[in-house]
Amino acid sequence: MGIDWNHFTPLSALLGGALIGIAAAMFLLWNGRIAGISGILGGLLRPKTGDLAWRFAFLAGLILAPVIYRLFTPMPALQITASTGMLIVAGLLVGVGTRYGAGCTSGHGVCGISRLSPRSIVATLVFMAGGFATVFVTRHLFVPGV
Amino acid sequence: MNNIFALLSGLIFGIGLIVAGMANPAKVLGFLDLGGLWDPSLALVMGGAIAVGSVAFTFARKKTTSFLGLPLHLPTASQIDRRLIGGSLLFGAGWGLAGICPGPGLVLLGSGEVQGAVFVVAMLAGMALFEVLERRTSLAKTD
Repeated sequence: MGIDWNHFTPLSALLGGALIGIAAAMFLLWNGRIAGISGILGGLLRPKTGDLAWRFAFLAGLILAPVIYRLFTPMPALQITASTGMLIVAGLLVGVGTRYGAGCTSGHGVCGISRLSPRSIVATLVFMAGGFATVFVTRHLFVPGV
Repeated sequence: MNNIFALLSGLIFGIGLIVAGMANPAKVLGFLDLGGLWDPSLALVMGGAIAVGSVAFTFARKKTTSFLGLPLHLPTASQIDRRLIGGSLLFGAGWGLAGICPGPGLVLLGSGEVQGAVFVVAMLAGMALFEVLERRTSLAKTD
């Protein structure tokens, strides 16, 4: 293993991370909610009266982010390398997995670790390990076309 | 008013994902590729977000309601069980296949990427599958 210095972007990573933290802090302190994307999205599939508007509002903000971003500065490259079939499998796994695991990178990774929840720390370690292992398998063990 | 704050939170969250590089699946895969040339950037994204987040969560501990007078909905679950581990493992596998987790998926959708929409539709189908399986389990239990 070596460090990919050419793609390492520490400043924008820290700045973007701080913005994510500010958004999670705002959502907690004003709306009283955890900014966990999979939970907010999953709740739409279990509709309860009075529980939908805030979900749609948060998700609308998230979806509009690239639209607003583009008004001020050119969008950085967003490169999806997976094939359509792979995206479908990945999406299904992410959907089922985040609902059984009750959280994703935002809910467990950012909010859960911020409040030092042992459950979220374990979940984060597990999905990180799952991600590392999967990329190791697809990039180094069973490389397509080799 | 509540929904304006929710919209703003979502917006700042999404802009943060774009600035951080987290909305770029190729960069996420570069972070997850420990066996190749490793791009550690995303560790700093998490670090930056947690640094700010922990201040807010520590502050919130002394509060019972939000600034808008809403109840604070903090998670109460604490059990570390098979569901948590198994679910997180499936999520990690899906994340590693495409380099996309739920937040960036929605940002990719908003950026007009057709492939982003494919991912989001599949993710929603996965979540719907969970709901179906859950309902079946709860029905089986009440029988």
